[in-house]
Amino acid sequence: MATQTLSSGTPQAGSPGGPEMDVPPPPGKKRSGARVPGERSLAASPSTWFVWAGMAAFFIFLIGILVSVVVDSLGKPWFDTWLPENFATSWYSDAWNQFGMAHIIVVTLIVALTVIVVSVLVGVPAAYLLARRKFPLKRTITLLFLLPVLMPPITYGIPLATVMYNFGLGRTLTAVILVNLVPSIPFVIMTMTPFIEQINPTIEDAARMSGASMRRVFTKILMPLLIPGILAASILVLVRTVGMFELTFLVSGPSSDTLVVAIYRAMTAAGGGEARQLVSSMAVVYTLTMMVILVVALRFISPTQLVARVKESRED
Amino acid sequence: MSSSTVTEATSTSPPKSTASLRHRLAERGVDASLLMLVPALVFALALFVYPFSYGIGLTFQPSPAIQQAWGGGLFANYVAFFKDSFTFDSVWLTMRLALPVAIFNVLASIPVAFKLRQRFRGKKLLTTLVVLPITLGTVLTAQGLLIFAGRQGWLNRFLIQIGLVDQPIAFVNNYWGVVFSLVISGFPFAFLLISSYLSGIDPSIEAAARVMGANWHQRFRRVILPLLAPGLATTSILTFVLAFSVFPSARLVGDAMGSTRVMSLMAFRAFGEQNDYPMASTIAIMMGLVELVVIALVLVWRSSMYKGSTGGKG
Repeated sequence: MATQTLSSGTPQAGSPGGPEMDVPPPPGKKRSGARVPGERSLAASPSTWFVWAGMAAFFIFLIGILVSVVVDSLGKPWFDTWLPENFATSWYSDAWNQFGMAHIIVVTLIVALTVIVVSVLVGVPAAYLLARRKFPLKRTITLLFLLPVLMPPITYGIPLATVMYNFGLGRTLTAVILVNLVPSIPFVIMTMTPFIEQINPTIEDAARMSGASMRRVFTKILMPLLIPGILAASILVLVRTVGMFELTFLVSGPSSDTLVVAIYRAMTAAGGGEARQLVSSMAVVYTLTMMVILVVALRFISPTQLVARVKESRED
Repeated sequence: MSSSTVTEATSTSPPKSTASLRHRLAERGVDASLLMLVPALVFALALFVYPFSYGIGLTFQPSPAIQQAWGGGLFANYVAFFKDSFTFDSVWLTMRLALPVAIFNVLASIPVAFKLRQRFRGKKLLTTLVVLPITLGTVLTAQGLLIFAGRQGWLNRFLIQIGLVDQPIAFVNNYWGVVFSLVISGFPFAFLLISSYLSGIDPSIEAAARVMGANWHQRFRRVILPLLAPGLATTSILTFVLAFSVFPSARLVGDAMGSTRVMSLMAFRAFGEQNDYPMASTIAIMMGLVELVVIALVLVWRSSMYKGSTGGKG
């Protein structure tokens, strides 16, 4: 099955979109007729349908999961029928009051924003050096930055949490922020390094030869080129931090729980957990928060075109 | 260490010898700009290296209970880890879950990334939809799976209604529940990474191959795949890490005491429920070791492939 899926992607490897993207089509040539000889048609291939079928199954699961949680959070008794008997919003107000959702959301946002700002400020300069320069111990340092991303969070999370408790930071907001920085900084470095490598170094060389200092090269030349990459990295860090369960769970307490941890605690609380609908409504609030952030972010950048944009912008 | 060399090079030496020393160091790549690395290094040392070494030290300080039960003196924790089949089996249970899921996620996202690379109407919408599940988080996915694919859920209801099955299928609270939840959260992640790497490949390279008469199979095998290999390796590793460290969904949609008793659950049990920090650290570090072996294999494969620019510089 794997190979079948694999090959199915390739027929269109450079299909209609391709020629227009890099080489402007000759004037007068129509889009539909722009197929290169030997190119397969996109729709005819059965393997293409296979991919679409797989994606359809994925979306059915996805939509089913989303809709059933939303319905559940709105439903008053829902047991063995297609839909609940009545709809009401009381689960939301119950959850909001019972769990102090406003506080939890504020904590989540504070943690996420602090982690993003710190990890970008610390990570991008390091990524720049790793992408551009050769220096002693470079391999060791790269490995050091890679390790936290490569290791399961629990592996370093448990020793880290033990240290946090030893320092008396357990269950505080500071501890939550600090543990979340551990995978985030390397993550920024790891996503930004290939991104910086793609930027033509002669641009910087030219600026430097024209007498620009390191700081000017950074602010005037690199920053504009790096913005899409930084935004993408920030979004990924945001998503990872808000969704980060393991590390936060190990050090957080009642006053520093982020939204995911609060939901997990509600689901597994002693005595069979809270009512399913309460958890569902919390989960809906979580998802809505995340989706709003992500959709807003995706309006400004397209994660799949990050590198292409750099290329286009220096088309001469 | 590098930071001390830098300060030496920039400030402390007398002016005359500074020039030559600085020059010599600069030739080897050491100059003031390396200071940009310092903040990241400080964070890495304070928040990763120190706790990690502390944790390793902790594994050699077994609690009296463990020492009594398993013997082995300083190494009692390790003896307990390997001899206690309840603990040791979790290694196999974790691998059985993480490897197939990671491989599936990467292989499935390659064709999808290719499909979504070209221009068509609604591309941005479709991309957003594929990426969206990242935002769901494991906990919501678990809750949704429990409701949607549970015994009373819509999925079973539908399957029974169309007569495909008589009895509700157990999709959740077992191995498959965790697999579903890992695919839903891991596939979009793999897709996002692979399509970023794919768009980093200069299309004109492929166009050149096409002009020279390579068919799609040759282009994929000889041009795209080698250029994509570094990205593919990174993606596989990250996807595997994601699946390997599964924790909440193993508890929530899995069978926490049976087929999905993964290593992170065992580590957390020791940490949070038994308050046996040395044993918890031992399980955690063994978990890291098992995973590093898999990663090392991927890196070995990667080093046998093409290295260098992917042509995005144009």
